[in-house]
Amino acid sequence: MRYAIRKLVTMILTILMVSLLVFLAFSIIPGDPATQMLGTNATAQKLEALRAQMGLDRPLLIRYLEWVKNFISGDMGISYSYHVPVRQMLYDKLGIMLTLTGLSFLLIVLLSIPLGILTAKYYDRYFAKAFDVLNQLFMAIPPFFIGILITYLFGLLMHLFTPGGFVSYKSDPWGYFLYMLTASFSIALPKAAMSMRLLKNSVLSEAKLDYVRTAYSRGNRTNQVLYRHVLRNALIPVVTFLGMTLADIVAGSIVIEQVFSIPGFGRLLITSISNRDYPVAQAIIVIIAFLVVVINFIVDSLYPLIDPRVKKDEQ
Amino acid sequence: MNLLKIKKSFLIILCLSLFLPTVLCACGKTETGNGTINVGIAQDLEDSLDPHKAVAAGSREVLFNIFEGLLKPDPKGDLIPAVAESYQVSEDGLTYTFKLRKNVRFHNGRIVTAEDVKFSLDKISGKLGDEPMLPVYALMQDVSIADEETVVVTLSEKDVDFPAYLAMVNAAIVPNDNPNMDSDPIGTGPFRFESRSIQDQIVMSRFDEYWGTKAYLSKVVFKIVPEMDTAVMNLRGGSLDMYAHMTTDQISQLSGDFQVLEGTMNLVQALYLNNARKPFDDERVRQALCYAVDRKAVLDLTSEGKGTIIGSSMFPAFSKYYMPELSKYYTQDIEKAKDLLQEAGYPNGFSMSITVPSNYQPHINAAQVLVEQLKDIGVTAKIELVEWNTWLSETYAGRNFESTVIGVDASYLTARALLERFYSKADNNFTNFSDPEYDALYEKVITLTDDEEKTACYKEMETILTEKAANVYIQDMAEFVALRNTFEGYQFYPLYVMDMSKVKPKN
Repeated sequence: MRYAIRKLVTMILTILMVSLLVFLAFSIIPGDPATQMLGTNATAQKLEALRAQMGLDRPLLIRYLEWVKNFISGDMGISYSYHVPVRQMLYDKLGIMLTLTGLSFLLIVLLSIPLGILTAKYYDRYFAKAFDVLNQLFMAIPPFFIGILITYLFGLLMHLFTPGGFVSYKSDPWGYFLYMLTASFSIALPKAAMSMRLLKNSVLSEAKLDYVRTAYSRGNRTNQVLYRHVLRNALIPVVTFLGMTLADIVAGSIVIEQVFSIPGFGRLLITSISNRDYPVAQAIIVIIAFLVVVINFIVDSLYPLIDPRVKKDEQ
Repeated sequence: MNLLKIKKSFLIILCLSLFLPTVLCACGKTETGNGTINVGIAQDLEDSLDPHKAVAAGSREVLFNIFEGLLKPDPKGDLIPAVAESYQVSEDGLTYTFKLRKNVRFHNGRIVTAEDVKFSLDKISGKLGDEPMLPVYALMQDVSIADEETVVVTLSEKDVDFPAYLAMVNAAIVPNDNPNMDSDPIGTGPFRFESRSIQDQIVMSRFDEYWGTKAYLSKVVFKIVPEMDTAVMNLRGGSLDMYAHMTTDQISQLSGDFQVLEGTMNLVQALYLNNARKPFDDERVRQALCYAVDRKAVLDLTSEGKGTIIGSSMFPAFSKYYMPELSKYYTQDIEKAKDLLQEAGYPNGFSMSITVPSNYQPHINAAQVLVEQLKDIGVTAKIELVEWNTWLSETYAGRNFESTVIGVDASYLTARALLERFYSKADNNFTNFSDPEYDALYEKVITLTDDEEKTACYKEMETILTEKAANVYIQDMAEFVALRNTFEGYQFYPLYVMDMSKVKPKN
């Protein structure tokens, strides 16, 4: 219980820190929503009037506290660019990001764990060695380029999907899923390659330890040793890696969204920063920070499930 | 040069050459538009869907399809009546009487009334509490309803360019009972607003009760594709049918499925100099820079020679005011440039910075060529890339810069749109150009009524800008519109608009 409370307090503090940093960052970079809105029509008077109207002429700290207060009560403000409540705007986009992140993560797990075990088990066979080469290749290629490759191969050559043909899940759920799946592949492949290699090496090094010999001597067969003993220990570094990866995917999805023209969080974040649309940018960054913190929390609480020893140390 | 950009385009070329044989086989398989066109645009309408609030050129060119003013421009650059059927000007040039067209309907079905017109004009001129949309609209001192079909506008001072301002999207006639203009824009144009999904798309459909020639397409989907390379891929993949404002590089990556229409950007691209800063406060230094630059080479190196070289703040589409001879006023002459610098007291040249907004690749490319050319006269120029908003606040509004490469557009159809900003007292005179002769001409021209006299006066102003070397004027850039072969009829305007009502599916 105390552990949970301590984690919760750290989470809240982290998010407050992040939001304060964002606030400060925006006050340092030149330009503000008023210059953006008026563009080349701006005059000193007009700027001043607009700033007063938007409340931008008040001190930073007061604006920050007010934002925190509203945010806690669920009011994320109104976008300066789109004149609609931020909450409503982010609702759709959050779904897109969660789908992209979720699918990518699922793909990483589905690809890397079975393949990792398989290549570890048959590490001296040819196909395992072929996978090693493939692994190297996929680890070396950045996701955005895999994205471009996928678009050319599957989009322009094989016509399996239409590049840029993103459809909203409201109008065509299946089309949406397929499109997101394609994009998820380009995020997942490099990470899956890394995680597969990690698992393979981890299994192989665990297999050299004494307890494996003991297990064999007690009459267990290879599969029993592998799945009941080795894998449990070998998975610990992989879970840590996957946890970090999940946070990475969130950031990586911003780039992939550009390649596949997916109107998600990433594009909105980039444009809201360049438009100085503070309420939107702040809300997105805080939500991402929140997700990362929560993911870490979940990963932390997963350890005891895989390895009961962790729990003992904790208490 | 942006490293990532090079790398990316290199990779794309690599992919292209790898897959070229197969690509060729895959050609010819395109879906027919079925009356719907997907148009890619580089940015969402981030300022507003309300025409009275939209300031970005990219927003206005889309809203042009939904809204109309009392007057509107045609592709030739002339003003044609829209919501108004005709208008008369009083002899003193202060009173404009607009006769409204009968049975013009808003997209919600309601007929446009004189009250709507009064409301719209009052709103943009700042009478309803807001700041005036543009300073020129503040000229409207009074808007009154004479009868149900007649609206009389009284100006505080004479301005013969007034009708041109009313033809802008910013002077659109909107209903006086729509509180949600930001999210539900209702106008009188050939297309009606259907829906928007932020950073994704804006959908418009044909307005069947439009008073004029109805649009051919039943639906236009503007898709937001900020990445140019992605846009090219989406055109090839079939999710986009049209993309405007493309460069030669991107066009060359398209297949035979597309017709490429060449037009001009209608921008004055120049190396704008801060005339208030040393050494640019010296006319001779500015002239030296003009002599140092080889404009032809800029075009050759950045756009395969496409584009029109200009010599003053005017582009060829304004044929009435454009003076082609000024483009030859300065030809590259290194010796002369060096002599001028010597005279001005800079025998060894000087260093300067060129501020360029990082989101405009064509301007960055031009700046890179300029840096090389200026080396020849001993001037060391350094490019400083800034983000667009930083450019707006620091360079444009703050006038805190040495020089900048940018394209200036005309938001309405008169020479004044391009020449006004060099009047020393103008709010938007970001280059701080100041010349008593120019000021006198400007003050004179806005009171003239005779078109010929006015044109002559504007031409004199252009000549001063060239002779005094206000800035290093470079070119009006070429722009390309890629349109899928299943469509036809796209027309360029001398203004920054994208008129979808003239595009039709090919049978």
